[in-house]
Amino acid sequence: MAQAQSVFVSPAVDWWVLVPQIILVGAALGLLLVASLAPRALPGWVSTVVAIATGAAAAIVAAVQWTIWDAAPRPTLAGAFVSDGFSLLLTVLVGVGVVMTALVAHSALDRYDMAPPEFAALLLASAAGAVVMAGANDLIVLFLGLESLSIALYVLIALAGRRASTRESAMKYFVLGAFSSAFFLYGIALIYGSTGSTNLSGIGDFLFGSIRETDYLLLAGTALLLVGLGFKVAAVPFHFWAPDVYEGAPSPVTGYLASIAKAAGFAALARVLYVALAEQGTAWAPILVGLAFATLAVGAVMAICQSDVKRMLAYSSISHAGFVLVGLSAVPAASGLAQWTAGGGDAVSSAVFYLIAYSFMALGSFAVLSVVGPELQSPDPDASAHSFSRYGGLARRRPVLALAFTVLLLAQAGVPLTAGFVAKFEVIRAAIGAGGYVLAAVAMITAVVSAFAYLRVVLAMYAPEGAADDGVSAPAARASRPRWGGLPLTSVFAISLAVAVTVVVGVFPQRLLEWSADAVLSIIL
Amino acid sequence: MGSLLAAAGAGSDFPLLNALIFVPVVGALVVALLPASRPDLARPLGTLFAAVGGALALALAWQFDAADPGFQFESTVSWIPALGISWNVGVDGISLWMVVLTSLVVPIVLAGVDPHHNPKPYTAWMLLLQAGSVGAFVALDLFLFFVMFEVVLVPMYLLIAGWGYEGRRYAATKFFIYTMAGSALLLVAIIATAVLGSPDSGITFDLQTLAEGQFLGQNTARLCFVAFAIAFLVKVPVVPLHTWLPDAHTEAPTAGSVVLAAVLLKLGTYGLLRFGLYLFPEASDWAAPVLVTVGVVGVIWGAITAAMQRDLKRLVAYSSVAHMGFIVLGIFAFTAQAIGGGVIQMVNHGISTGALFLLVGMLYERRQTRQIDELAGIQSAAPVYAGVFTLIMLSSVGVPGLNGFVGEFLILIGSFETRRWWTVVAATGVILAALYLLWAYQRVFHGPPAAADRQTADLRRGELATLAPFVIAAVALGVYPKPLLNAVEPAADKLLEHLEIHSDFEVPDPGDPVVVDHGNGAGEHDEDGH
Repeated sequence: MAQAQSVFVSPAVDWWVLVPQIILVGAALGLLLVASLAPRALPGWVSTVVAIATGAAAAIVAAVQWTIWDAAPRPTLAGAFVSDGFSLLLTVLVGVGVVMTALVAHSALDRYDMAPPEFAALLLASAAGAVVMAGANDLIVLFLGLESLSIALYVLIALAGRRASTRESAMKYFVLGAFSSAFFLYGIALIYGSTGSTNLSGIGDFLFGSIRETDYLLLAGTALLLVGLGFKVAAVPFHFWAPDVYEGAPSPVTGYLASIAKAAGFAALARVLYVALAEQGTAWAPILVGLAFATLAVGAVMAICQSDVKRMLAYSSISHAGFVLVGLSAVPAASGLAQWTAGGGDAVSSAVFYLIAYSFMALGSFAVLSVVGPELQSPDPDASAHSFSRYGGLARRRPVLALAFTVLLLAQAGVPLTAGFVAKFEVIRAAIGAGGYVLAAVAMITAVVSAFAYLRVVLAMYAPEGAADDGVSAPAARASRPRWGGLPLTSVFAISLAVAVTVVVGVFPQRLLEWSADAVLSIIL
Repeated sequence: MGSLLAAAGAGSDFPLLNALIFVPVVGALVVALLPASRPDLARPLGTLFAAVGGALALALAWQFDAADPGFQFESTVSWIPALGISWNVGVDGISLWMVVLTSLVVPIVLAGVDPHHNPKPYTAWMLLLQAGSVGAFVALDLFLFFVMFEVVLVPMYLLIAGWGYEGRRYAATKFFIYTMAGSALLLVAIIATAVLGSPDSGITFDLQTLAEGQFLGQNTARLCFVAFAIAFLVKVPVVPLHTWLPDAHTEAPTAGSVVLAAVLLKLGTYGLLRFGLYLFPEASDWAAPVLVTVGVVGVIWGAITAAMQRDLKRLVAYSSVAHMGFIVLGIFAFTAQAIGGGVIQMVNHGISTGALFLLVGMLYERRQTRQIDELAGIQSAAPVYAGVFTLIMLSSVGVPGLNGFVGEFLILIGSFETRRWWTVVAATGVILAALYLLWAYQRVFHGPPAAADRQTADLRRGELATLAPFVIAAVALGVYPKPLLNAVEPAADKLLEHLEIHSDFEVPDPGDPVVVDHGNGAGEHDEDGH
């Protein structure tokens, strides 16, 4: 016994599995090292290039791993981490998200007074956390990923702390984030107490392999985990931080928060629920349905009440989280193995599809906000930075940008031939397949409510009032700038990418549908 | 099947329907990519593309085999195999005329109506509207239909919001939200129909498979039908889901109003036929009493409200509600004549209401007002305008010899067999239509003209050319509607046969004087009384 304690046998490590994480963490540490030792040797653009290259490398490596291993699961570190289709697809998403965020942020760093190397390093560190979350097969590892992501994000927001609203936003995110982490940890403890394992597959095997009475310890643990992850994905009623934080954070960071941070949270939620707690589906599915109802309704209704575009997008992001929850909650009523495999697959793959589609829409939308922000002049200094009135006449000054934003907004509203529509279609299909007709109907009705919020922005952009306000007639304004004049090319590229993905996936969704379906095979029994 | 034979007989496998959809799309792209320095090219070029679409539609009508009741010119391309979705298009006698109407109306209004500003995006949106509407009329896949049904919203919304009158932003948003609310439930119902109603071989959104198979349980089918019907009834629109229509019509630019009336409203009634009656025969039979009632209420309500209007364009908009109510009555009366009459009336309404909107728009161009009490005695200043207005108005009223009469008469005679009392009430709508239109005509065109009225210019040559197709069609279809009817009848018969097979409904024998529900009576009576 004493002998066994003294010798620590380290688990076998499959280093190939960990390449994306190593790339991300290595680049982050390297940047920090160089920035602190030789700050002058590092011009701003180098950090951006490093961030872009690292994000792209992580995405490419993950894509290659997917191809080589055919999305089959490869557990490593004694089963604490697993590389499977699910984690790899999300790793690709995270990598692309990093690239787009770095592109958009490049031109905004000066404006927000953010040091480029620190920004890039924190971005990569948070991405590493997100990737760990996507592949974590152990609650402790999951927690580590969650904290790496969150702490990097707290600092990322606080980095732009020149404005009071940003500092408040960072503080709020930090306090509530820490609070939710505590819930999450306590949940881990209770689940360990009930099942004797922190390994997700281990918990799953234990629960399926044993016949027990109602286990209140396990239920309490499950509830606490849901609270903790509910905070991260900003599900109602754990959403109170989101609008303030989204509004206060620099727009590129907000885009990252709304897309990648949210996707990582949902990835963790999906894996915990469908791998570890699948047997408890009858217990958590109703909770998820309730969360979905509340999230959809509050997100949509609050979105139409806003007078600030950024805040409106924050609430709309909550409503999109509701749609993902609709997908995730689509657990088949019958708990037979066959139904579970069929229905559960639809549930998670629709959620994954939604997350990917929404990530591009969110990254693109906040990228538009980021480039439009410095141009918005208002005679009323008290008006909020992105108030609707400031968007007046945008279509005249920048017709192409306004069109791109319109496409992204209509995609979020779920208009066909955009990725947003196929995503909604998929979650509704999953819900109906599981018998959730009411939830499906309510979800679509809230989508109509949200559509009103998006239309207000479109109308504001195409309204003539703003053009009259700025005293410049439209032709003169257009003549004074070339087509992309003044817009940073990096952001233009990111926005174009977002719009292109949104439209192409909307018209030809087959490939992404297949990928999402393949990705979830390994986490559904 | 028949479609293959038809295509082979015509000696070509030219994908006519896909061309009808994609020619305007290409046109929209070309127009959008025009250099900013040459906005003057946009409309001529756009008109050209739209007109190519119109020519293709005429070729379609020419090659169409009227004797074949099934779908013709079918073409299927796998689109999203993971979900059993394919790009599946085809026309039958019901959709054929909708396609022709759409493809002809858009080039005419593009050529004839000046948008006044930003011609480039205006033309591009009009072309996309044409493509989307044609797509919706020929879609034989539920997913494809929904995509097209929703996609037409966006150009219409932007046309109203961008080129409309004072209240355009309110009207545009109201239009979008109303229609989207209807289609939200439609999407849920479409998915439910496919998920629950697909054959065991796998999920499919193919209309014919789902409709011929009838795999859904009775209650599910009825629920789904309700969702479908609400979406379409919003579009038609019927009272009380109609309140978006007067606003949208009044605030839309003239071309927008014309396309809205001639094409978009038809999506509702067409949807009821294709995705109501055909897809859910049993549920249609079950819901028919409610739907015919709703139709008749629309006829009366629309007519009375129209009579109360002070704004000429609003009056025309409410007359639309009344006319569309007739069509709903015709569809759910379940006789070949009534359904045929409904389809004919869809075309007629497009012609007469479309032309009325054009005429009101022309008057507004001259006078900057549409208020009936600010106008008087136009007849003496603009006799040609007054003449054309009279003719189109009479066609809208349904005077024999003009197109409106044919459709309304067929609807009334057909409905009388199965829905006698509804028909009696609806027939009063014909009288009311005469009342509100003639009254408005009297106030605007007769009486002592004020100074401004005396200076109202008459129609220019270009405007006459724009109106000419509508006038010719109104007279031609009034005198000789046979070609239209020939194509519609087999399709209507087939639809009724489908209904008989899959529901308790029995088509009454026209020769049998005993009517199913409502006691004795022969159809001839109504002819005399009317």
